[in-house]
Amino acid sequence: MPDLPLPDARFADIPLGLALLVLALWLIATRRDRSAVIGFTAYGLLVAVVWVRLGAIDVALTEAALGGGLMGLLLLTAAARLGEPRGQPAPPMFMRLLVGLLCVGVTGVLAVVVLSLPTPAPNLVAAVAEHQHTTELGNPVAAVLVAFRAVDTLLESVVLALAVIVLWSFAPDAAWGERPRTLELGTPGPALVLLARLLPPLGLVVGVHLFWAGADDPGGPFQAGAVLAAMATLMWLARLGAPPPVQSRLTRVGLVVGPLVFLLIGLAGVVAADAFLGYPEGLTKPLILIIEAVKTLSVAVALALLVAGPPALPGNHLPSRAAS
Amino acid sequence: MTLSVTEAQLYGLCGAGLIGIGLYGAILGPSALRRLLAFNLISSGVFIVFGAIARRGGLAGGAASDPVPQALVITGLVVAFAATALAVALLIRLAALQPKTARSSPLAELAKRRYDAFDPWGGGKA
Repeated sequence: MPDLPLPDARFADIPLGLALLVLALWLIATRRDRSAVIGFTAYGLLVAVVWVRLGAIDVALTEAALGGGLMGLLLLTAAARLGEPRGQPAPPMFMRLLVGLLCVGVTGVLAVVVLSLPTPAPNLVAAVAEHQHTTELGNPVAAVLVAFRAVDTLLESVVLALAVIVLWSFAPDAAWGERPRTLELGTPGPALVLLARLLPPLGLVVGVHLFWAGADDPGGPFQAGAVLAAMATLMWLARLGAPPPVQSRLTRVGLVVGPLVFLLIGLAGVVAADAFLGYPEGLTKPLILIIEAVKTLSVAVALALLVAGPPALPGNHLPSRAAS
Repeated sequence: MTLSVTEAQLYGLCGAGLIGIGLYGAILGPSALRRLLAFNLISSGVFIVFGAIARRGGLAGGAASDPVPQALVITGLVVAFAATALAVALLIRLAALQPKTARSSPLAELAKRRYDAFDPWGGGKA
């Protein structure tokens, strides 16, 4: 749209950047943990807008679903469980000054670095564009994730599965085999229940669309998985369902099928395409689709289970320490 | 327009500021949860600085943003979330093992007994 009499979009950048910094300062300074957590959720949404301004729509979608959505739920339930901490004496003035100076110094050095970056800026845009056609993907970020830097993505999906295993291992012995109960916080209000009935069908469509559109447009397995996980946790929060017990075989399969299929196809690439994680010509697009589909599922399962917490005994009065 | 600062520089500076603010909170935060939150501010600042660099590279190469840093930030965001979830679980476990009110409160004994029988992930008052 040329020649519209709109003000330069860059005028929005200064208020946005300032809002981010002020909100961050408030997050550090506010007294109550719960206010800080709510502020952090708003902060996540602002950061998503920043990513749009930086031209990284893929990252913006991830940040909005993860930083604005799931992270807020995770931290809010944590704040509810931990309660407000007792008022601790403020650290002595010289300490605050010292740490403040350190932080100003770090920021100052980083600011100098940011302002003295080399010109022309080094980049891999051309390198990606040159080889992108071999993946038959229209979205360069998806091509990097699933082909050019596939080993990062593979390791990252393994990290997610490992994180769930570590999380489960925090459970008291007696609770093993139970289901996660972190999201069981009192009786859900009618508004929450209504939302949990109305939103998930929509979220399911949005999630699958993000996965499917991610081949050629912004989106992909991580964004889709995060949206799907948010829908699952919303239903658990409203008690319209419950997280599966840790011994559920279906859950475990869902958790590892993503990295496992990715790894197997990668290993097959050693024979079929002369490289680990290489794709044979002609089969590239179908293989990438399979990998992305199972990865969407596994990311969704892992993220939802991470929010749901370790397995726990029902009720609040069972001796967990004696049992462990 | 006469703006001499590009949005990459502006948000790069913003990211640098966030790292400093987050560092302060991570060192002097009033509670463990707040320090965890501040730690997330630092990682957010790091990602934004990286995003600003990707923006410069992208514009130089004829795209909105360099796709390689974008992909790295996406994986980074997901891993940061997983790490935060683990840290939250550790905090809840820690709170169950260390009664905060043990010495200073007249309810110390009661609190201690409650904490001894406290299942941190138990389901509310149901």
